[in-house]
Amino acid sequence: MCLAVPGKVLESHEVGPNRIATVGFGGVTRQVYLDFVPEAEVGDYVIVHVGFAISKVDEAEAKRTYELLEEMGAVLEVEEEQP
Amino acid sequence: MKYLDEYRDAAVAKGIAQAIRARVTRPWVLMEICGGQTHTIMRYGLDEMLPPEIELVHGPGCPVCVAPLEIIDKALAIAARPGVIFVSYGDMLRVPGSHSDLFRVKAAGGDVRIAYSPMDAVKLARENPSRQVVFFGIGFETTAPANAMSVWQARREGLKNFSLLAAHVLVPPAMRAILASPANRVQGLIAPGHVCTVMGTREYEDLSRDFHLPIVIGGFEPVDLLEAIRMLAVQLEEGRAEVENQYVRSVSREGNLPAQKILQQVYEVSDQKWRGIGPIPMSGYKLRTEFAEYDAELVYGTGEISAQEPPECISALVLQGLKKPVDCAAFGSLCTPERPLGAPMVSSEGVCAAYYAYRRRVPETVA
Repeated sequence: MCLAVPGKVLESHEVGPNRIATVGFGGVTRQVYLDFVPEAEVGDYVIVHVGFAISKVDEAEAKRTYELLEEMGAVLEVEEEQP
Repeated sequence: MKYLDEYRDAAVAKGIAQAIRARVTRPWVLMEICGGQTHTIMRYGLDEMLPPEIELVHGPGCPVCVAPLEIIDKALAIAARPGVIFVSYGDMLRVPGSHSDLFRVKAAGGDVRIAYSPMDAVKLARENPSRQVVFFGIGFETTAPANAMSVWQARREGLKNFSLLAAHVLVPPAMRAILASPANRVQGLIAPGHVCTVMGTREYEDLSRDFHLPIVIGGFEPVDLLEAIRMLAVQLEEGRAEVENQYVRSVSREGNLPAQKILQQVYEVSDQKWRGIGPIPMSGYKLRTEFAEYDAELVYGTGEISAQEPPECISALVLQGLKKPVDCAAFGSLCTPERPLGAPMVSSEGVCAAYYAYRRRVPETVA
């Protein structure tokens, strides 16, 4: 139920008091409400749950932590190669 | 897809698993709460990548599974009424009530529809002014703001034919109940990343302090979960009990403030019964009295329906991490996804369904 998927904001428009975005999920697009993430702009990645964006992906943090994880994998591979 | 594929990278996953093996010196029992995380663990066989010292037990984080039998029976009663369009997330349709399920109500002529978003139900109400539209709003803190927004939007539009049958559950009170139990085995907790995306991490700081429990807020992909397990193992081995955030790309300490605001405006915290576990004080949301005209329980006067769980089903113990699905005599024989006895076998996030789907064959390798 708490499944939520990252997608890219492709465009957004106002419908009455709501801001609705077209969000792309690797080729599939959906209409997503931005009520909870009003700061989301075109080009941002948002995490979407039951038709609502619930967060804007922090790209800098994502990059930083992933590099650390990759490094861990790389270091261990080197260690494995040691006799 | 960005932010998905890289977190399924096999080399990175193996590296983290090896780092866990290198760090662990004695047995530890860890619990993941969220059913989505349970499924990732089973699907990719993450538990089988871990050293034997690390045991994973699975928590109650499947809202479909913990929705009490009474609310299912209320849903069935409302859905069978003429003139009602009953709208639900798809997972709820096969959940057995006392005598039936929503699929059977639909087959018998009830107008039961599946929606992806609660806003789809509001749209149906707008487009069908002569019909009553009832949305079955279940969910944890992740889903509650969207369900609340449907009520908010209906009131804003002046819709008189929309109501919400709410069954909301909250993670921290349930965790307190599990951790306070004399039978508790959990020594470290993977907190649910999307619940924390909405609610922030402060409630987990209290939980960590009160139970001297290491907690890591984890994401949902294999690399996320292995890294959360590694972070927990390091805390346990060092004797620390802190809240750490592995899912930093989505979770902040304060959480999503606009979502929390709509929760406060529409709901109040209330006692809630959990299927399999029983009543837990202040562990759910109900609509505030100012939204009474949108409260399906009041609109349809469902009143007190009480119901008994099937005696063969041990979901109470499974949902508290005390038993595994394979410990159940009914698992895979009396109880299957086609003929479920209990909700954990029904939902796509139920722990019994996860074991049934992934533990009877070789798990998928991490991409």
